[in-house]
Amino acid sequence: MSALGRAWRRARQNRVVVISGGLLAALVVVALVGPLLSPHSYLQTDFENILAAPSFADFHLFGTDDLGRDLFVRTLLGVQVTILVALVASAVSLVIGVLYGAIAGFAGGRVDAVMMRFVDTLYALPFIFFVILLMVAFERNFFLIFVAIGAVNWLDMARIVRGQTLSLREREFVQAAQLTGVSFSRIILRHIAPNLVGVVIVYVTLTIPQAILVESFLSFLGLGIQEPQTSLGALVDAGVNQMEGASWVLLVPASLLALVLLSFNFLGDALRDVFDSRQSR
Amino acid sequence: MSLLQVDKLNIKYGDDAVVRNLSFAVEAGESVGLVGESGSGKTQTALAILGLLPGGAKVAGAIRFADNDILGAGDKALDEFRAVRMAMVFQDPLLALNPFFSVGSQMRRILIAHDIATGEAADGRVIDLLQRVGLPDAERQFHAYPHQLSGGMRQRVMIASALVAEPDLLIADEPTTALDVTVQAQILELLEDIRDETALLLITHDLGIVAGRCERMLVLEKGELVESGRTAAVFSGPQHRHTQALIAAAPRLDRGAMLAPVAGADVFEIKDAAVSYEERGYGQLNAVQQLSVAVKEGETVAIVGESGSGKSSLVRAALGLVPLRAGRVIFSGTVLGNTVQSRSAAVRRGLQLVFQDPVGSLNPQMRVQAIIAEQLLVHEPDLSREDRLAQVTEMLDKVGLDETILTRYPHELSGGQAQRVAIARALILRPKVLVCDEAVAALDGSVRKQILELLLQVQRNSGLSILFITHDLAVVRSISHRVLVMYLGRLVELATSETLFSRAMHPYTRALLKAVPVPDPTAAGGYASLAGEVPSILTPPPGCAFHPRCAQVKNICTTTRPSTRDVEGVTVACHRAEELLPAG
Repeated sequence: MSALGRAWRRARQNRVVVISGGLLAALVVVALVGPLLSPHSYLQTDFENILAAPSFADFHLFGTDDLGRDLFVRTLLGVQVTILVALVASAVSLVIGVLYGAIAGFAGGRVDAVMMRFVDTLYALPFIFFVILLMVAFERNFFLIFVAIGAVNWLDMARIVRGQTLSLREREFVQAAQLTGVSFSRIILRHIAPNLVGVVIVYVTLTIPQAILVESFLSFLGLGIQEPQTSLGALVDAGVNQMEGASWVLLVPASLLALVLLSFNFLGDALRDVFDSRQSR
Repeated sequence: MSLLQVDKLNIKYGDDAVVRNLSFAVEAGESVGLVGESGSGKTQTALAILGLLPGGAKVAGAIRFADNDILGAGDKALDEFRAVRMAMVFQDPLLALNPFFSVGSQMRRILIAHDIATGEAADGRVIDLLQRVGLPDAERQFHAYPHQLSGGMRQRVMIASALVAEPDLLIADEPTTALDVTVQAQILELLEDIRDETALLLITHDLGIVAGRCERMLVLEKGELVESGRTAAVFSGPQHRHTQALIAAAPRLDRGAMLAPVAGADVFEIKDAAVSYEERGYGQLNAVQQLSVAVKEGETVAIVGESGSGKSSLVRAALGLVPLRAGRVIFSGTVLGNTVQSRSAAVRRGLQLVFQDPVGSLNPQMRVQAIIAEQLLVHEPDLSREDRLAQVTEMLDKVGLDETILTRYPHELSGGQAQRVAIARALILRPKVLVCDEAVAALDGSVRKQILELLLQVQRNSGLSILFITHDLAVVRSISHRVLVMYLGRLVELATSETLFSRAMHPYTRALLKAVPVPDPTAAGGYASLAGEVPSILTPPPGCAFHPRCAQVKNICTTTRPSTRDVEGVTVACHRAEELLPAG
């Protein structure tokens, strides 16, 4: 059985992984399917039912907001968007970070020094501020948010991957490949990258909640997702204004946001145990 | 009543039984050797005796120490025994000593914690003991931290702290495995010296150690006791086939056929090689200096040295993993580039390497098939898939593995299987030269013997040249045509095996030969151990680097470095080579 196969088996035996992973999977399914089952759409306003409390009567399961839009549908849409942003942003940081870090770490010497000083320089920029400026200067759109968040996250990934690669490079199987003349790209793809998988998977599960937080933060400031699209952060922002009269407008998206964040954090932590565990049993 | 009584001990992790129905006793003042290969359960037994098994272990049976129940006792009750009445010496003293406290204060704590002595009385006792175990300048070393001591000194400290509370039983788990062979001899001598103070349970894989030290021995195989008895009796008439196999597999310096020198053209030559590193704060570290050696076609040359001798640097430079500062490497008549990248595919193909750690040298994410086939992918890209697979299978067959192993991952292999795979990977390109860097050091005795025989067989069949790097002289006796001994980066002696093993010229070579434990209690002599330890290569002694430890030292040795010269067909670097020439 491959190392990944073993990790998968251990993951299935780990209660935290099963519970948090299962919860996230269920949430994604509900977020995708739920809006289809509801008679309401996320755009439709209902001036009869402004700030209506949750009820089964009109299928406003989570109530409505200050424009009379159905919060059940909007919250699930928010979950979709939030998780999508997080996944895409993490994927962006994954691809850039792993390749960048692996190349820097394996090439070593001057190449490594130049590449990592570039990362250090980017680190020195106040990124949230930078992102806010970007958002203000350009049209706000999905794409920009992905890029902005991914651009923050790949730096950490690159550093972690480089560190791992540095130690992998000294491993005897990599030296054996070098000695016999396996090409640079093949060493990176066949010998380095597969052995990074454990670390990378763990790190990605931990960057996803980070990306969610950045997105929510931007949306909360009104710089993120644009109406009538929405995300959990934007919903929380809207909910804060209605907090006193209609607490559900805040509580529903806020609790879902907390649930998503907690699940990812627990999942990341538990996956670290799964991959790090030295015990072979 | 015995001091220690182990009765039907069983240790299980999940469904894996690591110790099965083990019963033995240790009498007061007795020394008992517990011998077994890796995975035989010897360390687990030691941990059980001390009540140190991890929580996941399921233990059954009984262990009684001085008529007290150990297995049922809680940590608090065990504290009454541990360190005070029974103590342990671990394999790696650097891991067993706390880096945060000076060695003296760690030892003092044992005395204070158990209300044995306090204040100056405790300090005095600690210093006395440090002196007893041969720590020079004990009063000053009392304040030294573990990292400031050499490996041998650390192990002395470890033994001193085990003895500080005058225990009735000392358990030593592979106490010399991490040490150089000359230092090992010193530590074994020390263990001998303290024999009148305590009973000793010596755990080891090395039969030579038991042969010289223990009154009785126990042989474990896969968690079961297969043989026990007086050491001399077990060695002279082993009953169980596992004991017989262990004794047969133990490398012997004093007997066995040696290979006659071969004549032929040089295939691989290292000429006047020097390797150095920039060490921050020290300047230049000269790992290898002015070293020349050539390997002939079909010949095995062994390079032997203790830690710090520069043997690994030499290999890495020869392979192009680190640059040579001076000298050159010649392969089949062409001078090779300094880095592996600058060498042609033909050179890379003709010069293959087998590493020390068989599992670490195989990519954990690739199957055996892919690991070996990668060599063909690189050097014979035109081969079809089927041809590649056929070649891989054929190669596996040659190294004694069958097809079922093709789809396995490295962690699913035993150490011996993994090393065979590594050898198959190296040989599938039909290289001219195979470099083995401590290729059998991590293997159990019986597996080691098989791998050495495999190398011999391959050489006989294909005329392969082998450069065999090792710290263990005993290993190379049966497989090498010539032996090069290194000390602190320089050549000490280069001679044919026949000459070197029968009449070594250089005092260091002789000391090395004497330091190797002989797995035979009746063997005459015993080990005259070499004093001192290998000096730091950062600050090599002036003159002959070996002079501070040399029994034959003269004035000239302390001031002038001996040149490397030929004396009666032996290349040797010693001022007194002619005078010291052994008779015959």
